[in-house]
Amino acid sequence: MEYLAQQLINGLTLGSIYGLIAIGYTMVFGIIGMVNFAHGDVFMVSTFIALIFLLALTQILGVGFLAVALFIVLILAMLLTSVWAWAIERLAYRPLRGSFRLAPMISAIGMSIFLSNLVQVTQGPRNKASPSILSDVIVLREGANYAVSISYKQILIVTVTAVLLAAFWYVVQRTSLGRAQRACEQDRRMAALLGVDVDRTISLTFVMGAALAAVAGLLFLIYYGVVNFNDGFVPGVKAFTAAVLGGIGSLPGAVLGGLLIGLIETLWSAYFSIDYKDVATFCILAVTLIFLPSGLLGRPDVEKV
Amino acid sequence: MPVAPAELRSSSARPILAALKEAFGAALLALGLSVPILALRTEQDISNQLVLRPRWDYVAVAVLAAFLGRLLYLAAAAANARRAPRQAAAAWVPPAGLARFVSIAGLIVLLLYPPIALALTGRAGAIKWIDNFGIQIMIYIMLGWGLNIVVGLAGLLDLGYVAFYAVGAYSTALLAQNFHLSFWLCLPLAGILAAFWGILLGFPVLRLRGDYLAIVTLAFGEIIRLVLINWVPVTNGYAGISGIPRPSFFGLPFNASDQGFAAFFGIEFTPLHRLIFLFYVILALALLTNWVTLRLRRLPIGRAWEALREDEIACRSLGINTTNTKLTAFAIGAGFGGFAGSFFAARQGFISPESFTFMESAVVLAIVVLGGMGSQIGVAIAAVAMIGGTEILRELDWLKDIFGPAFDPTQYRMLLFGLAMVVVMIWKPRGLISYRQPSIFLHESKPVRADMVKEGHG
Repeated sequence: MEYLAQQLINGLTLGSIYGLIAIGYTMVFGIIGMVNFAHGDVFMVSTFIALIFLLALTQILGVGFLAVALFIVLILAMLLTSVWAWAIERLAYRPLRGSFRLAPMISAIGMSIFLSNLVQVTQGPRNKASPSILSDVIVLREGANYAVSISYKQILIVTVTAVLLAAFWYVVQRTSLGRAQRACEQDRRMAALLGVDVDRTISLTFVMGAALAAVAGLLFLIYYGVVNFNDGFVPGVKAFTAAVLGGIGSLPGAVLGGLLIGLIETLWSAYFSIDYKDVATFCILAVTLIFLPSGLLGRPDVEKV
Repeated sequence: MPVAPAELRSSSARPILAALKEAFGAALLALGLSVPILALRTEQDISNQLVLRPRWDYVAVAVLAAFLGRLLYLAAAAANARRAPRQAAAAWVPPAGLARFVSIAGLIVLLLYPPIALALTGRAGAIKWIDNFGIQIMIYIMLGWGLNIVVGLAGLLDLGYVAFYAVGAYSTALLAQNFHLSFWLCLPLAGILAAFWGILLGFPVLRLRGDYLAIVTLAFGEIIRLVLINWVPVTNGYAGISGIPRPSFFGLPFNASDQGFAAFFGIEFTPLHRLIFLFYVILALALLTNWVTLRLRRLPIGRAWEALREDEIACRSLGINTTNTKLTAFAIGAGFGGFAGSFFAARQGFISPESFTFMESAVVLAIVVLGGMGSQIGVAIAAVAMIGGTEILRELDWLKDIFGPAFDPTQYRMLLFGLAMVVVMIWKPRGLISYRQPSIFLHESKPVRADMVKEGHG
């Protein structure tokens, strides 16, 4: 029982990170109907940005107070990752709007390869271990032979995710930008006719997705303590799985899907086989796309001629 | 639009200012992108702690390059715009016989390649040129042609093609190890098994739309790789399978024994014999792929593939069974991937899951995309350029004199591939080298050229 409770805590933490990344996939898909294959690598870039700033603040500038350092790193990572996403959208995707069906997808795959190799070339191929922070744990319940604990990291991850999702929900539901986004999602041409700046809205969608991915990047860095140039691929596919499982295009679906994927992955590793945990996620992806293409909370997709 | 000289002079200051402003924006963007990924490199010091090494000089170069690049681009665009009215009509059309000439010349070069390499570089050098260049490139040409059936002809974006390559390679290795079959028996079996896997994996996924299909094939490719890694009793995991038998020449092995190839023909033994033989084997396999594709393109099934690529809904409306059509493309493409994998296993004598990563799929896909989806000759040229280019990068030792001894040009291989895929999609979405129209096309219709592949024109 204690073991299960511990796995649930771990799963929810992991799921929060996947959910944050999944929002980027689902928003972009909702607004321009494209799988942004490079999003996982944007996330990976953000982990490196976070790592470098964390090192710079603690080593070079000597910011001792950890909360301040983390907050500055978070803001900088969100900002600079957004610059990346903006540039990618502007240079690699926008010229392809209205090109043939597979063009944006192929361009995104190229971008994904480019980003992971750029980081490999500029930062080196080795694993990068960040200084260990927030590693204290609170013991919640002392079982007979197993103690359920939650670490400060996990509390931070779940709290930050919840706060940001609330802020994000407010932006999408209550501000004019969110209204423009939802309008573009429903009918881009009509939105343009009614005075919505479609290009700007799409750019901002990419930027928002990337900012949330950057939050996930910092949290990932804190949680695992190790990053690698290859880390965009598997978390990216898992987050995409989360988006699909929740129903692509649906924001609550992305979060729900993220939490589910996190839980499934953790429980699978705990009870079945840690070697096959990625296989489990990939299978969920395939099964969902084949049998439940509109996901748990998504609307059915009707193909128009 | 003709502009009077006086008018041009008076308004020339403003465009220059605007251009400077845009170039400044590009430089600012470059600054934003290169901080901190390029500016600060994380490195481990002696006590295994990460430290930062600043490289602001790199950032300065990147920013300056962005500024000047943007300025030059704008200048070129302005110059082009002034000339445009005259040039618009004269888009370059390749002469009718060019493709045929290139393919025949290419075939002759390929057939004569081993003797030429031998004559030019001598015995020691020829090993490298035939093995690293010749055989390596031919494997990728074959993979490119195989994937071209799926992506280029049928328009199904398959990101897990390497899975079938892996199935072929592991089938050969396992059949040879457990049942002691020779390469020549394993080869067809591997192809059939890979095609079978193509059908198995293809059947559930082929009713998905394009980008979903791509992601699911990617997932299948990864699943197969992870199973190869973790199913240790059968596949030996990361350690891989070694001791795969080499192909023999009608029963004559390529070794120094009395029953060997060299002894039978009474010539001196050299490892070159096997390499030259392997080169002709893969050449024959690749040409078989090409020939089958060319023939299939003329059959109803080939026509159906091309129709499917152009417009799936129209296809369905005309009564074409899209599932079967897609499935045949998938299975045939997978089968050729399996042949290539079988050859790969026999050539290396050793295989491990490391050879079958997603990057391998991406390289083959990049070859098909850059070559021009559906164009056989384009794919071949792209494979030669990209794989040969990579091998040549290894040779460029003089670059180390410029960039320092730590500079390794092969690191930049995938970086350039990725960038090339993006640039080609923007600039010439139907392929850099060539493009292929459907075999049958309504002739009164507008031609579908690369620059016209937009909604409402194709």
